Amino acid sequence: MTLRTEPVVVSIGPHHPSTHGVFRMRLTFDGENIVDAEPVIGYLHRGTEKLAEERQYTQVITLTDRLDYVSSMTSNQAFVLSCEKLIGLDVPDRGMYLRVIASELQRIVSHLIGVGFFLQELGGFGGTALMYAFRERERILDLFEMLCGARITVSYARIGGVFADAPADFWPALRRVLDDLPGYTDELEALVFESEIVQARTKGVSVIDPVLAVNASLTGPVLRGSGVAWDWRKAAPYDVYDRVDFDVPVGENGDNYDRFWVRIQEVRQSLRIVEQCVVQIEPGPVRATDAMLFRPPPGEAYVPTESPKGELGFYLVSDGSIAPYRCHVRAPSFINLSLFKEMLVGWKLADAIVSLGSLDFNMGEVDR
Amino acid sequence: MGGPTGGLEGNAFYRVVYGVVVEDLGWEPWLAYLIAAMVIILIVVNGALALGTLYTWFERRVLGRFQGRLGPNRTGPFGLLQPIADAIKLMFKEDIVPRGADRLVFSLAPVVMLVPTLLVLAVIPFGKGSFLADLNIGVLYIVAVGGITTIAVLMAGYASANKFATFGSMRAVAMVVSYEIPLVMALLGVTLLAASMSVVAIVEAQHLPYLLVAPLGAFVFLTAISAELNRNPFDVLEAESELVAGYLTEYSGMKYGVFMLAEFTNTIVAGAIFAVLFLQGWQGPGLSWLGSQVGFLSFLDTGAVRQIESHAWFLAKVGLFAFVATWVRATLPRLRIDQILALAWKVLFPLSMLNVLVLAVEVIVWPEPSAGELGIMAAINWAVAGAAIFAAARLVSLSTPARGLGPVAAVEAR
Repeated sequence: MTLRTEPVVVSIGPHHPSTHGVFRMRLTFDGENIVDAEPVIGYLHRGTEKLAEERQYTQVITLTDRLDYVSSMTSNQAFVLSCEKLIGLDVPDRGMYLRVIASELQRIVSHLIGVGFFLQELGGFGGTALMYAFRERERILDLFEMLCGARITVSYARIGGVFADAPADFWPALRRVLDDLPGYTDELEALVFESEIVQARTKGVSVIDPVLAVNASLTGPVLRGSGVAWDWRKAAPYDVYDRVDFDVPVGENGDNYDRFWVRIQEVRQSLRIVEQCVVQIEPGPVRATDAMLFRPPPGEAYVPTESPKGELGFYLVSDGSIAPYRCHVRAPSFINLSLFKEMLVGWKLADAIVSLGSLDFNMGEVDR
Repeated sequence: MGGPTGGLEGNAFYRVVYGVVVEDLGWEPWLAYLIAAMVIILIVVNGALALGTLYTWFERRVLGRFQGRLGPNRTGPFGLLQPIADAIKLMFKEDIVPRGADRLVFSLAPVVMLVPTLLVLAVIPFGKGSFLADLNIGVLYIVAVGGITTIAVLMAGYASANKFATFGSMRAVAMVVSYEIPLVMALLGVTLLAASMSVVAIVEAQHLPYLLVAPLGAFVFLTAISAELNRNPFDVLEAESELVAGYLTEYSGMKYGVFMLAEFTNTIVAGAIFAVLFLQGWQGPGLSWLGSQVGFLSFLDTGAVRQIESHAWFLAKVGLFAFVATWVRATLPRLRIDQILALAWKVLFPLSMLNVLVLAVEVIVWPEPSAGELGIMAAINWAVAGAAIFAAARLVSLSTPARGLGPVAAVEAR
């Protein structure tokens, strides 16, 4: 006699410890094995794109803070770059350097949190790695507080530069962070990536084929984890990325391990970039114009940038008025979710959580 | 002396209470036995639960230190009153039973979880001549009673009518079926060495700690017991990042509190089992030893001092186990359920068989080992353990083979 069994549908999220916010997975299980997976999104939809159409260009900057809320600096930068292209503004050097320093520090924060949660999702009790990551993050957020007074929703970049020059005590504080972070990164890497259990759990799991990754327009560490060396900072350098030297780390197997390994390597590259910027930056104006109101000529602009999550760009259409006629966000978190089912089916529940984490998406950006 | 005794006369505390009741008060001996036993049980049960409660504080403090934060430090000195504050909070929480739940089984599960934990303590010697019962099948009793907690997890998971809870209890059964076997085999090694199943006799037979004599057995036991205890890296039953809280998902209020208390007390009891079976139990050098060696300190070499220091040694060894358990929890992530089962059957089971085989041969060669002969056995066993663990690590792989991306990886950048 054979037992009649049937698959079980389990709804994981939107209220669940490890779905990165209000994401919901509708997983179908055969025992512990996943036979079907469906992402359900929209729980954090705030209509950012529509809101942007009713605000002046300068005011939209604060909306971009709230897209990817662990990486506001890069969102600000992506938006003002598109605005500057639309308006035709040239940004002074010091402004561009400050934007790059802030963005790279933000990338470190975002990747550290991503790696910290990685161990949490693998089951490290109480998140030892997460606490380590938060310790470093705290110091970088202190730097942001010096730059603009805010820690999370920074709104630091302005159309034509940045909000204000860095205060005098910012530079020694930055120096201390830059001196300490490599050691901390080694510590985190030793705790996470050298662990036998972590390797047994993540190597060879949820492999994304590079061709499939390109066809699904994945970007960022998820794409580079699959071995494709594609980085907008190299492909179409914006701000001062053409004046600094850095490598693009890529993974070997395209599995969960590689996607996180690429992130911790990018932390090191970001540190390299900031070190070079600190040397190269020279005194001067930080902002091309003090104007708050812009009337760009009718037209459209799109500047792709490399946010910590992938390609982030704002497609702006101007009809000559003070507000964008259309503002579309090319959100990497959302597009990186497109291989959700391919990644999860055939693996177990425990793997699903880690694979999901390896995409390092942010619901603020997915739902917008 | 009337009534069933079961070796309680060896207990110094029992003799004191018995003496007071029979000689000073002039009551019946059977009544004296009952009163003395009740008093001891009261002390042991409450002591164990208090230690379990204290351990919740200890673990949070130590975990905090591991993670670069402070841990509870607001309630009382060093946050020592935190467990009490937690218990008061839990008592005032609404006690929710889900609509689809099996009420009786749901309510019974926490009790079924807690009671076996306390029952195990009956055969543990806490100090020199201080135990509730010297059962001649003590080790078997520990295994049998300790296994009941799984039924509680199954009950909780089944009765909750929750998919996460069902997942948790499903994993619990799979895990216990696998891990009981290496656990029992590891204990069999100890039984062979001591030539007795009585826990008291095992402690007294340890001229050297069995951790040193039979390292392989200790390794298998530690791994298997942390799976039984549902602690990292085997805490898949209530894996909070996957199953929210596993079989505990639907529990609230004091029912949840009892589960948590049982879980922490379980760790303490496991520490006690490890201490008596592998760490010489209450044995250890102390002030009385100093007194017997140094002439002018001979006033220290008394029965009372020996009693106190033997209890202190026992508690210290339990504390050591608790610290190591917390350390492991702070460091290691969790294995996947199939890897956990593979570890049990492919690694621990052969290792425990090897352990029993080697020890059996050694016991035939040295039937009643002295401390020196135990040393020779230890040397052999360490070599065997090192070789076996190295071989197991080389031969058995738990990971998914990484295949590489091959030539397609060279997708050119645009």
